[in-house]
Amino acid sequence: MTDVLLSLKGLTKAYPGVVANDTVSFDIGEGEVHALLGENGAGKSTLVKMIYGLVKPDTGEMTLRGKPYAPAEPRQARADGIAMVFQHFSLFDALNVAENIALGMENPPPMADLASRIREVSENYGLPLDPYRTVGDLSAGERQRVEIIRCLLQDPKLLIMDEPTSVLTPQEVDILFQTLEKLRSEGTSILYISHKLEEIRTLCDHATVLRLGKNVGECVPAETSASEMAELMVGSALTPPERGSREFGEMAMDISGLSVPSPSAFGTALRNVHLTVRKGEILGIGGVAGNGQDELLSVLSGETLTANDAVKLHGQPIGKLGPTKRRALGVLAAPEERLGHAAAPDMSLTENAMLTGSVREKLEKNGFLNWAATKEFAERIIKDFDVRTPGPENAARSLSGGNLQKFVIGREVLQNPEVLVVNQPTWGVDASAAASIRQSLLDLAAKGAAIICISQDLDELMEISDSFAALNEGRLSAPRPAAGLSVEEIGLMMGGAHGMEVAHV
Amino acid sequence: MIRLEKRPQPSRAWSMATPLVAVLATMFFGGLLFALLGKNPFEAIATIFWEPLFGEFAFYYRPQLLVKGAPLVLIAIGLSLGFKAGIWNIGAEGQYIMGALFGAGVGLAFYPLEAWYIFPLMVIAGGFGGWIWAMIPAILKTRFGTNEILVSLMLVYVAEQFLASMSLGLLRNPEGHGFPGSRNLNSYESANSWISENAGMHWGVVAAMIAVIFAYVLLNRHMTGYHIRLTGEAPRAAKFAGVNPARLILFCLGTSGILAGLAGLFEVSGPSGQVSIDFNVGYGFTAIIVAFLGRLHPVGILLAGGLMALTYIGGDIAQSNLQLPSSAIQVFQGMLLFFLLAFDLLTNFRIAIGKPEAA
Repeated sequence: MTDVLLSLKGLTKAYPGVVANDTVSFDIGEGEVHALLGENGAGKSTLVKMIYGLVKPDTGEMTLRGKPYAPAEPRQARADGIAMVFQHFSLFDALNVAENIALGMENPPPMADLASRIREVSENYGLPLDPYRTVGDLSAGERQRVEIIRCLLQDPKLLIMDEPTSVLTPQEVDILFQTLEKLRSEGTSILYISHKLEEIRTLCDHATVLRLGKNVGECVPAETSASEMAELMVGSALTPPERGSREFGEMAMDISGLSVPSPSAFGTALRNVHLTVRKGEILGIGGVAGNGQDELLSVLSGETLTANDAVKLHGQPIGKLGPTKRRALGVLAAPEERLGHAAAPDMSLTENAMLTGSVREKLEKNGFLNWAATKEFAERIIKDFDVRTPGPENAARSLSGGNLQKFVIGREVLQNPEVLVVNQPTWGVDASAAASIRQSLLDLAAKGAAIICISQDLDELMEISDSFAALNEGRLSAPRPAAGLSVEEIGLMMGGAHGMEVAHV
Repeated sequence: MIRLEKRPQPSRAWSMATPLVAVLATMFFGGLLFALLGKNPFEAIATIFWEPLFGEFAFYYRPQLLVKGAPLVLIAIGLSLGFKAGIWNIGAEGQYIMGALFGAGVGLAFYPLEAWYIFPLMVIAGGFGGWIWAMIPAILKTRFGTNEILVSLMLVYVAEQFLASMSLGLLRNPEGHGFPGSRNLNSYESANSWISENAGMHWGVVAAMIAVIFAYVLLNRHMTGYHIRLTGEAPRAAKFAGVNPARLILFCLGTSGILAGLAGLFEVSGPSGQVSIDFNVGYGFTAIIVAFLGRLHPVGILLAGGLMALTYIGGDIAQSNLQLPSSAIQVFQGMLLFFLLAFDLLTNFRIAIGKPEAA
């Protein structure tokens, strides 16, 4: 191993009620790609925020090339050669690439100089990008390029990347990795945050595993198996969901020739979508975020109404029926956004059980509400889905993301849907809760329900779906049997590299 | 450093306590204000809060509490439904005027016929007048996306012009020697809303009580009320639950219009007695304070309406007994809302002392 660039010693950061980082120590070498591995909530984000000067550690210290390093703010961290690409981009859709980059600089050079600098750096690192394109027109992968180039213009010694591949197709991941390889070969260190084990094994020289805020182990990813790393990360061996063999029944949901204009300026229009799902079948729909997932869910749930026969249930047109009537027919949905869409944050769990349960659980009679029965329903969800909460009278927002997700999924699954549509069912949920949610979807399908699972997690889709289709700019690829699909084929269904020029490194 | 920290869930204790704390703070700072004006603050506060209820002339003031409180409660109940759903009807004053005009118009059309059905017809007409006035911002909002705050507020001034025109023209008393204003409905048996004038009881008081119960049942036991609360808490979740936003806007604005119109009708056929240029005295605006002071909760509004009526009557007494300027009383009432909204923050936040966390 080469010299140490950044060394962390005993970093601790506590928030009220939770210790986000507990005496974490590790070293990042010069020119090393170092992986920071851990589940959601393991403390990865807090740790990199401390390195980037966004959060001050309670105790512990850092040294940069042997000198004490304690950035008070990100500006100072950047001055010391540390740059970060965030998971969520901070770009203005209406401005062009160069303007966006200029906004983040302290003394931006004249626009023409900056544009040529951007061209130069982007060519050098194999990330071709036209500085005058409007960001609103760029794909997620291209937006990420903007963020990366913004960092590279500072000539960083350490580049922090937070879950960079979560918005990329497999082909786009390959391009990104070539760029990172080039950076490494030039001596730039990279701190790479992810929970995707395979990509860490291909890319990283060294890995530090965090669990519940503690450093629970380090390894050389190339010499460690994915399941060993997963065990380190989760703390116990995971049992993958069981899928019994199922017979598919008759056609349940049938969408044909569905086109819906975009609801907002930077939303996505659905274009000529076809899909069918049979009883007992799980249709997985992949795709990079922002390619029409929300819009598709709202067409299925009845929030967006369409031409009547564009959406059919058991052959009957339902395109003009609203959410309540669809629930009566057995079409249920669980949206991605838990707080504010699937549940009302300040309302109790009982009240939130009423939100979708009123029709099928018969919690309402002539408009009058039966709160006693609703409370029982909420308690049943809490019990059957192991929702950790003191009771149904607690507000939805007092629950952790994973627990609320279990509640939201449980609320729909327990109503015995004929068709269930879920969007990102395990987003931000820890591994064991995710496994139990997936298992409940499989069990529901085994009982004969048709399930449409929209997700950006390809591993999840491969684990549970029978057939697979991908959304790309509002178009849905033709569904194919999931078994035997290769990563390349999936990537092409998702739009390949989205016409992004391949890196010429 | 002092800063605010969001509570994991709203504090029930604070939600109950804020109105009380706000009243106490108002008493304290109001007293300070009165002291600066050279009055004895204790005497002034006691005059406002004690005199109307337990003073020497309480037998006269207590019925006045009902008379002042009933329209406030009636209007505020209607407003609270919309406010809970994030639909802001600021024009209750206009709907109140239109209710009075429609109701009084129907009653006067029958004059001098005496019949049992006249008053019920006036009630229906009064409700209709308020409803139709509220439907204007409602339909403009659902159709064209206009802002209901502006439209409903502007319509208040249109309604005031109607009121002036009616009291000078169509509804003017033919036997009134040319003075503006309609016949006095108090001397028209069939068009009179008094049940017992001495006790301050008129049908508006009864209607206010019924409205409180109606709103309580609606909000706690009925799907429409649940949808109203859901829309206010999380509009997207409400849409997901199957709420039709346009229908909800029509319902909330319509209901608040009807109740404001009824309040106007009961007022014109009772305590006020006649349509006149200065018929409206701001109940429609004060009811906004009452709705918030009562935490948009029906029972809270009932109590808040009583409290507001108390400061009105007590304020009047303080004006005449202690020569307090009427604007000081208005500042005093304004403080009440100000402190309420300020302390309301503590329901969802707590004050923490220490270093802020950048996270």
